[in-house]
Amino acid sequence: MDFVLRRVATAAVLVCIVASIVFLAIHLVPGDPAEILLSAGGAAPDAATVAELRDRLGLNLPLQTQYANFLIGVVHGDLGTSLVDDYPVLDEITLRLPRTLELIAAGTLLAIAVALPAGTWAGLHRDGGFDRIASGVAAFVLAIPVFVVGTLLVLLLAQTLHLMPAGGYVAFAKAPGQHLLLLALPAVVIAKGLAAVLFRMTRSAVLDVSQRDYVRTARAKGLRPFNVLLWHVLRNALSPVLTVLGLHMGALLGGTVLVEYVFNWPGLSTPLLRAVESRDYPMVVGIVLVVSTLFLMINLITDLLRAALDPRIRAA
Amino acid sequence: MRRLALPALLVAAIVLLALAAPLLGLTDPVRQDVARRLASPSATNLLGRDEFGRDVLSRLIWGARTSLVVAFASATIACLLGTLLGLCAAWFRGIGGILALGSTDIILCFPPVLLALLVVTLLGPGAFTLILVLSVLFVPGFARVTYGEVLLVRALDYVEAARAMGSSTPRILLRTVLPNVAGPILVQLSLAVAAAIVLESGLSFLGLGVVPPSPSWGLMIRGARTTLEQAPLLLVWPCAALTLTILAMNLLCDALRDVADPRSAAALFSKRS
Repeated sequence: MDFVLRRVATAAVLVCIVASIVFLAIHLVPGDPAEILLSAGGAAPDAATVAELRDRLGLNLPLQTQYANFLIGVVHGDLGTSLVDDYPVLDEITLRLPRTLELIAAGTLLAIAVALPAGTWAGLHRDGGFDRIASGVAAFVLAIPVFVVGTLLVLLLAQTLHLMPAGGYVAFAKAPGQHLLLLALPAVVIAKGLAAVLFRMTRSAVLDVSQRDYVRTARAKGLRPFNVLLWHVLRNALSPVLTVLGLHMGALLGGTVLVEYVFNWPGLSTPLLRAVESRDYPMVVGIVLVVSTLFLMINLITDLLRAALDPRIRAA
Repeated sequence: MRRLALPALLVAAIVLLALAAPLLGLTDPVRQDVARRLASPSATNLLGRDEFGRDVLSRLIWGARTSLVVAFASATIACLLGTLLGLCAAWFRGIGGILALGSTDIILCFPPVLLALLVVTLLGPGAFTLILVLSVLFVPGFARVTYGEVLLVRALDYVEAARAMGSSTPRILLRTVLPNVAGPILVQLSLAVAAAIVLESGLSFLGLGVVPPSPSWGLMIRGARTTLEQAPLLLVWPCAALTLTILAMNLLCDALRDVADPRSAAALFSKRS
């Protein structure tokens, strides 16, 4: 219990630090941030517009007042409004976040479903045919960036073979079948990097654990091989795998931005990229804050899961 | 050592090709010739022309230059900063060093692409922004690795011997400690270069990295998407170049790790004998 409290407290502190950094980012820019945000292609913006934006972003207030206003806003769920169309940032996020989460969840589940069995098998049969092929595939898959896989799959499956739609989105309630069909390709593409990393980690963890003395003991006392695998090998091999899963989530969340763009999936990526292009600062800050918090939450959950699996972590 | 040869050769070949780009007598990679847009391969344009009539082969080779300059510059800056930080934090072990080291960890709280996009919003896209943000992203990795290694090395006899001989602290750090922790830092450097190539191409693909018309693989893939139906091959070339480069870098990382990690080297040795 103590461990859980300590981890939750650390995560809360980290979220506060992330919020502060995101707040401070605009003040770390050398020069007048309002002027820099407005200057497109080297043309100097006119003074009146700059003054208006400074006022809009509250940059004329003392720094501590700005900071306090920002934190109060975040706590009240007020992330400001878009500079482009005055739309509340939080409304945009609550509309689109579930779609991004769906993609992440589908990708993660897919990666786990493929990588854990494959990694276990490869680890138990080291240097066998399957191990060699799967390890080669994993190395290759790791080397292709997500947007390359995505674009090439669109070229192959949608453009050339006409097997799949090139991308898009239909609400699940409207057409469940079509929804899942459209989900399939982006989910596979998101899953690929995670699956390769998890495969490698599972393989080496299983390889390591299966040579330990306690596994030999379990075998020697006549346990069924399946039980040895499940309760002695996998239970101990899972802890490093979970750590890697948590660590890789950062890359996965970043990859989601690219994958949503490639497949026109209307998640957080669309407003984020539009906002970065038009330098819509409040929108970018809102989305970065929400996704980074999500990242920290996922890491918290994987840590708690590890502790649930492994009493040594709880004691540490 | 033999495992190191092939990936090292591949990476060296790619780097040499990129370095030699101005000497190869290629067509200007940014010169447009709209009349001959999407022209098929010919003797003068071995890979054809893109959607603005620019020579694809030339853009491919000059694109390697862009990617590698950004990747090596950011990885080197991050390596220098991170190594210095980790070295000082582990050697002097003051509260300041620990705090500095801890504060770099905060960078790891952000998904890398999102932190990059935040900086691009503030500074505008471009190669300079990319190098800046990528170096910041990789500092914690170098600092952590160096810190851990130096903590192990600083208590060893040969460091004590150097101190007893009256060497100055900078001399011990640079001549005795640093060479003995260089292996893992080199591995980290190759990891950072590979990661930087992936991030640079991804951001350029989104139109938020290298600014057009500079040749960049990410931008080429972005451009080829619009002409997917007429000229699918335009998409294939930069994808292949990017994947091959990253694959070579990754193989080099793995091989370096095996060589640098004494445990796996020992395992290899005992297996052979």
